[in-house]
Amino acid sequence: MLAAGRELADGLGGRLTALLLGHNTQELAATLGAADSVTYVDHAALADFTPDAYQRTIAGMIKEDPPRAVLIGHTSMGMDVACSVGIQLGVPLITSCRTIRVEDGTPRYVSVTCGGKVMVEGEIPGPTCLVTMVPGGYKPEAGRREGAPDPSTWLRTKIYELAPPTELNDLRVSLQRYVEPEAGDVDITRESILVSVGRGIQQQDNLKLAEALAAALGGAVSASRPIVDKGWLPTSRLVGKSGKAVKPRLYLALGISGAPEHMEGVPDCETLIAINTDERAPIFDAARYGAVADVLKLMPVLTEKIKQAKGG
Amino acid sequence: MDIVVPIKFVPDLVEEMEIGESGKALDRTFMRLIPSEQDDHALEQALLLKERHGGTVTVVTLDAGDVDETLFTAVANGADRAVKVRGEGFDKGINNHAASAVLQEALKDIPFDLILTGTQAVDDLDGSVGPLLAARLGLPYVGYITGIALEDGKVVARKEYPGGMVAEMEVALPAVLGIQAAEKPPRYVVTSLVLEAMKTATIEEREAGGADCSGAAGVTRVYLPQAAERARMLEGDANQVADALVALLKEHRLLS
Amino acid sequence: MLIKPIIVLIAFLASLTVFGYRLYGRFEHMRLGQPVGPFARWGDRIKAVVVFVLGQRRLFRFPTPGLAHFFIFWGFLLLFPTIAQAILEGIFPGFVLPILGTFGPLALLQDVIAVIVAVAVLYGLYLRVIAQPERYKGSHGAEGILVLTFILIIMLSLLLMNGLRRNLGEAPIEAAFWQPVSTAVGSLFVGLNEAMQRALYEVFYWVHLGVLLVFLTLLPGGKHFHIVTSVFNVFLQNLEARGKLPPAPQFGGVAGVSKVEQFTWRRMLDWYTCTECGRCQEVCPAYASGLPLSPKLLVMGLRAHLFERGTALQGARKNASLQAVLEKRLTGDVIADQVLWACTTCYACDQECPLFIEHIPPIVDMRRYLLTQQRADAMLMSALGNLRRYGNSFGKSDRQRAMWTGGLEPRIKDIRKEPAHTLWFVGDYASYSPALTEITQATARVFRQAGIDFGLLYDAERNAGNDARRVGEEGLFELLAAKNKAALDKCQYEEIVTTDPHSYNTLKHEYSFNGKARPVYHHTEVLDRAIASGRLPIRRQLGYTVTYHDPCYLGRYNGVYDAPRRVLNAIGCRVVEMPRNRDRSLCCGAGGGRIWMEEAGVKERPAENRIREALSLDGAQYFVVACPKDVTMYRDAVKTVGQERIIEIKDIIELVEEAL
Repeated sequence: MLAAGRELADGLGGRLTALLLGHNTQELAATLGAADSVTYVDHAALADFTPDAYQRTIAGMIKEDPPRAVLIGHTSMGMDVACSVGIQLGVPLITSCRTIRVEDGTPRYVSVTCGGKVMVEGEIPGPTCLVTMVPGGYKPEAGRREGAPDPSTWLRTKIYELAPPTELNDLRVSLQRYVEPEAGDVDITRESILVSVGRGIQQQDNLKLAEALAAALGGAVSASRPIVDKGWLPTSRLVGKSGKAVKPRLYLALGISGAPEHMEGVPDCETLIAINTDERAPIFDAARYGAVADVLKLMPVLTEKIKQAKGG
Repeated sequence: MDIVVPIKFVPDLVEEMEIGESGKALDRTFMRLIPSEQDDHALEQALLLKERHGGTVTVVTLDAGDVDETLFTAVANGADRAVKVRGEGFDKGINNHAASAVLQEALKDIPFDLILTGTQAVDDLDGSVGPLLAARLGLPYVGYITGIALEDGKVVARKEYPGGMVAEMEVALPAVLGIQAAEKPPRYVVTSLVLEAMKTATIEEREAGGADCSGAAGVTRVYLPQAAERARMLEGDANQVADALVALLKEHRLLS
Repeated sequence: MLIKPIIVLIAFLASLTVFGYRLYGRFEHMRLGQPVGPFARWGDRIKAVVVFVLGQRRLFRFPTPGLAHFFIFWGFLLLFPTIAQAILEGIFPGFVLPILGTFGPLALLQDVIAVIVAVAVLYGLYLRVIAQPERYKGSHGAEGILVLTFILIIMLSLLLMNGLRRNLGEAPIEAAFWQPVSTAVGSLFVGLNEAMQRALYEVFYWVHLGVLLVFLTLLPGGKHFHIVTSVFNVFLQNLEARGKLPPAPQFGGVAGVSKVEQFTWRRMLDWYTCTECGRCQEVCPAYASGLPLSPKLLVMGLRAHLFERGTALQGARKNASLQAVLEKRLTGDVIADQVLWACTTCYACDQECPLFIEHIPPIVDMRRYLLTQQRADAMLMSALGNLRRYGNSFGKSDRQRAMWTGGLEPRIKDIRKEPAHTLWFVGDYASYSPALTEITQATARVFRQAGIDFGLLYDAERNAGNDARRVGEEGLFELLAAKNKAALDKCQYEEIVTTDPHSYNTLKHEYSFNGKARPVYHHTEVLDRAIASGRLPIRRQLGYTVTYHDPCYLGRYNGVYDAPRRVLNAIGCRVVEMPRNRDRSLCCGAGGGRIWMEEAGVKERPAENRIREALSLDGAQYFVVACPKDVTMYRDAVKTVGQERIIEIKDIIELVEEAL
């Protein structure tokens, strides 16, 4: 997001401000160096994310000093906030945006829809527009600036501490508690080889084929949303937007179509190999190697050959 | 507890997406429209709540085309009322800002305690219907919900965060909740009951004014992504592909 | 002197009363059932009784037990006059049955058969006590042994009575050579004085009569009721085509059967006729794979439940235990859900049953109810959702149905637009499964070489609905059939051909074309014709040794066994038969919607069991199948069994193409 914001600000000759909300979290501001300044709002009611509190704060900030654009992450938290802020303030909203460019002084957006199959382009309307961003358009490094904050950067990055707006009492949504994800037997974020399964494995029984393949490779089994929703694997194995982000050396996507929500979980894999019976599956655009094949037939054959190759 | 479930009809991704002549929208000639998958889950969650706590479930949809079958199926599944809102241009697809305004109008005479709808739909470009509707109605909204409990007249919703973390949020009613997944997969009701619903149930029809599409950005181009780099495809039958894969893995030193 | 006749009379009347009372009780329970009928085609029915009851035809499918029962049955018939004689002479001392009691040749036959029956019974006891075959598991063993013992006692006591009577000079038949066995038995006692012999005679008489009368009272209570009901059961058998399921009942707007009284009385008669022989269980692929379904136990369970529920419903005062019985749910408590879902509808049980008890229709009836209650696994419901929305179980677009034709030159005729002689109904698996595309294309090429003028429905084709119906979704079947019929109605063709036995079955038997019906063939029948007439010239003789697997819906259901074998012979393949071939073929496990269900609980897949059977043959290189689902199931199985290099799965069309 910061990268997109940087591009927009530079393209339009404006200022990029990062908005940080929380309670006793000012040290996080130091990581937002790509911005020109950081506005930090501290309030007990903002200690944990709740839609109501965050909506009101952000709406209040924007109303006070309307920027050209507000970029919000297209996440479980961001989406709770973006729509209501837009309606409240009468500001247009663009969602699922992947990249922002400035062409001839006009800011333009490119959004992704239909499970990654369709791209939409247009102008970002003025005077103010809300945009939610999905990952994948920029590399994380582009939104960071190097090094620990040193005195010279402090001059560029001022942290404002604003008095929070008063309407943070009488909230209608309150957090009761967090539920940690079940401690799975395997931490997929630590595995360097992942055999990931999706709808293509068809039956729960076929998981054992994936387990065998993972064992032969010395890796672990992970999954996309449909598999976890059915309860075939615990949430700890979920790769994707609502699951974990993984960075293995090898990611074997078996029977996974490659929808953006899943691909968010494996943004930067050294070697991604995709097997799917649908040759138009979006995953083939993200994969390094692929084959149009039936994973149920391929898994046992591949397992056998790998065992042989390893000298089994 | 009275629940309203707005259902949005979206393109079925099983079919090929085709770009219309103008290049600014999808070609809808052969497009199959289906209810958004997460809206199916929202309906299922509503029905589960009805089974547990009583009350009514009302399904509302904008008439995007062939919507009757879905409405009758919802009734056969257990919904009490089905409402169809007709309007100009609905069959060409209207954006969520417009849809939420239409729904706001339609809900003026439908009492409810809770609105459940899918947290997002595959063709969303200007937010999602749920939170937009909530904002218009001035109601609290929480999205990415995977479970709802009713305790002492209060609603506790399980909200999903990335990484598998879940937050349980207490929400004051009336409210709108965006459903990511219901507690059980959407039920299948036998065809004979759907056909029976078609004979015995009635769909309430309303007329809406035109659709106010402001609030979204303009679209200058719609296109199918050509990936800069597509995967290098391996050919052959399972044996040959497996052989090729083993060779690749060796090459990349992934077979230790 | 009158004491004995009075006692006999009382005993006889008492026995008759108990028998009558119990018989009436059963009859009353049957009256709870739904009406059905009338039953036409008496000529065919009488023939069936002659072949299957008098001839005991199906019993010989298990040769030795079959032979034993054949003799026990005929022994019972031939010895019936002696039973009448025993009772009547007890009431009317000195009475001799006219004609039958004095006919020498009959007496000889009776003498000999009594011995044979005794031997058969000893064999039966051997089976029950020592051999204990698997098929008896769950049957009432004690009852079986008791009755066999009874029969043995009746035989032996008869011979002893006859022998002693001859010694006393009171044999109704003068010449001893008409009763050689009895005479021989009697000779054992010749040394005793007359008083002793008479006393022994009386003893054996009372034993004989006593066991008979006790046996009579037992009949309505257990599996030997079949002695009374079997003739009726065979006479009233279902004469419709096997592949045609009876219409679906509805009660209070809810489809399917949820209470035992919602079955027809005819169905209940089936359960009364069950002998618990277990032959159905023996051939059931679900049972063999470790699933909880046993057709025998299903029927026994339904019978027991009918009795307890019938009794409870009739109970004047509903006490707590009767109430508990009335609250028992047919599906769930009496018959578990997984039992009903385990069935592949392969027809092996209905084929095997010597008394024509039908197991599949009640299973489907109960499945229909389960579906209305959404009591099925998620995978099945998802498949049904796909069938309803897309017309195929794969969840793919209907526009992709004919994608397999891509690359075939010239393009296959679109029969919606131009007439063709043959309408090729491709079926879901052959159209959509990527693994089967090549076989479907090969089929097109072979059809062309055979000069067949064929066309496809392209996108208008839908799943034929055979398995949707058998899973219990009657409404979905009707929806699919209506769509197919609408498409078919607009086309011009002379015959329908399909490679899929399931589609074949339902198109042939369950689609009503209102007089415009055309013949439906399986492609092996068409190839057989084409080869025989020379229109499809075979250029090479392949010289392979193969084994052929009879698909359930082609073989057992529709009797097409020879056409595929002729085709294989014509292309120079030597067919070696697996032990379970033709109507004994073991189902691959995919039917009845099982291919859409989760496999939890399966210990050994039927397909793997079948592959092992094929491997036991001498030198079969290829396992030949004629059904797209079989290709899928067996290719998987061969991999799991791990013998891909020894036996290979081939669709028959692949071999035919090779020979062209």
